[in-house]
Amino acid sequence: MKPNADDHWLARPTTIKLLWRVFAVVLALTVLAQVFISVKGYFGVDGWFAFGAVFGFLSCLAMVLVAKGLGFFLKRDEDYYAEGDDDV
Amino acid sequence: MFELIPPAIYLLIGALLIGVTRGNARTAVLFLTPLVTLWAVWQVPDGVVLELPFLDYRIEPIEGSPVRRLFATIFAGMALVGGLYAFRQAKWYELAAAYAYAAGAVGVSFAGDLISLFLFWEVMALFSTVVVWCGGTPAARAAGIRYAVMHLLGGVILKVGIEGVVVHTGSIDVQPMLANNFDTWMMLIGILINAAAPPVSAWLADSYPESSPTGSVFLSAFTTKTAVLALILLFPGESVLIGIGLFMVMYGIIYALLENDIRRILAYSIVNQVGFMVCAIGIGTQMAINGAAAHAFAHIIYKALLFMSAGAVVYRTGMNKCTEVGGLFRTMPLTAICGIIGALAISGFPLTSGFTTKTMISQAAADESLAFVYMMLAAASAGVFLHAGIKFPWFVFFQKDSGLRPKDAPWNMGVAMVIFSVLCILLGVAPELLYKYLPYPVEYEAYTAGKVLFYTQLLLFSGLAFFLLLPLMKRTLTISLDTDWLWRVLLYRIGRALTATTAAIGNGVAGITQSLLSRLQSLAIRHMSTGANKEKPGVFARTWPIGSTALWIAVLLTGYVLVYYF
Repeated sequence: MKPNADDHWLARPTTIKLLWRVFAVVLALTVLAQVFISVKGYFGVDGWFAFGAVFGFLSCLAMVLVAKGLGFFLKRDEDYYAEGDDDV
Repeated sequence: MFELIPPAIYLLIGALLIGVTRGNARTAVLFLTPLVTLWAVWQVPDGVVLELPFLDYRIEPIEGSPVRRLFATIFAGMALVGGLYAFRQAKWYELAAAYAYAAGAVGVSFAGDLISLFLFWEVMALFSTVVVWCGGTPAARAAGIRYAVMHLLGGVILKVGIEGVVVHTGSIDVQPMLANNFDTWMMLIGILINAAAPPVSAWLADSYPESSPTGSVFLSAFTTKTAVLALILLFPGESVLIGIGLFMVMYGIIYALLENDIRRILAYSIVNQVGFMVCAIGIGTQMAINGAAAHAFAHIIYKALLFMSAGAVVYRTGMNKCTEVGGLFRTMPLTAICGIIGALAISGFPLTSGFTTKTMISQAAADESLAFVYMMLAAASAGVFLHAGIKFPWFVFFQKDSGLRPKDAPWNMGVAMVIFSVLCILLGVAPELLYKYLPYPVEYEAYTAGKVLFYTQLLLFSGLAFFLLLPLMKRTLTISLDTDWLWRVLLYRIGRALTATTAAIGNGVAGITQSLLSRLQSLAIRHMSTGANKEKPGVFARTWPIGSTALWIAVLLTGYVLVYYF
């Protein structure tokens, strides 16, 4: 696909693909670095290999899912409160 | 002589002068006032400086200590940089209100007794409401009223607590206490309302985003952080705060994830950040209090920076929602870069001020073997990156190309953002600059290889989660219900139902009275009508003529006389 000439280089698909690759490499490096650098565990588990990575990912997953679930109950139209004001 | 003037007074005078000056003179007032205040703040030595008689009490409007000076410094600094950010765009009355609001915050910082503390507390409530109103829209007016009601209510509760403490202990001193009776609970609740603690956190996200692009910068700094200082001074180690703080941390993340309004995302994230501090105050060790104070200091800077970045976008585009903007990095690079620095700082990335301050709180939890608290704080750190660290810059500056090509921030906004960006990084790479002003000696090493690696893993994999879960986070044109639904809708409906019921009862009573009256009337007509309107004269009316009455009296009198004699 030919990148749109008007568009910013940062927004081109090729750049984005490259950024993903770099990101993947950086992610792998931060985990692998734990082979050389020991992370002090205050409670045992937090010193395990790649604990930060797994814990970070899973807690984000949990928070997004909880937010999504709560959203079903909590989300309302933007003018939800405005409607209430009108029928005084 | 100058040392006997509370530093807050300078800001109050400045606020007044803003109103009466014009042009360059006003600009001079705007810049000189916070500078003079900063100078005055650093002249305050430790201990009580000024005592004044007030009614039967001796109030202490100026009492110095390291933590008080630290908070007053950042409040005055915030007024200075906020003034720079706002002075060419904001209305003069917004600036005046913002400076008076800052004066309240500085006043609370040095209040040595509960009476002066309460006085400055209310100054803040008053002028922050004005700042909200300066949003100028009908929505801002309504939000301002709700904000004022909440803060006046909080003030009353705080006052009830203060009265109780003063009456029962005889002391008006600001000193550490625990929430163990009605009075102290009332005080704690009054302070927590200002800290946007549950169940009334909603006031913050309701009001701040309705203010002007410049107003929200000021609002983000003072109210919640003076509450944090008040908690440090009055309730250090009050363990109930740990739970409240953790709830706030999670509440902020969840609501920010659901939100579409740019500044409301940041508003929820204030609750989240203040939650870290409240939790630290609950832990109450020297490390924890240092962490709370340092985090508050760093937080005011990066949160104001985020609001500045968002404010510049709102100012330039007139748009408030993630769904309306996107791709703005093309024409607003400075605003984008400063916003990203603020976002990295709030997420606590290594080399930013968030890392060197927030990790102290986690360390305090670890030192006290509070495993659950530590894990929740770690999860929350990941969540901060999710909801503020990436979500804010991503949806505003990248995401899709909205086609908007606004100009970058005006120069004064740009300079203010750069100053705060530099501070975010400076406190990240040279934390000892801040550490030496903390309330207790700091024995904490932020940059150990293991810690840096742990947080880098945590944050980068949160970033991965964000991009993988993007489809789940598609912005919708919605708002999220909060506890304020109870009074904005439920109470309103109950009120309306009550009005309708009383109206119906009133109508019923009126109807019954009406029919009773008309019956009485017809009775009266039947019995007493004179026949003037051609109906048959009533039975009493028929006996009306004076002749027959006189005759009957004569008959009766005759009868009486006869009876008397015989």
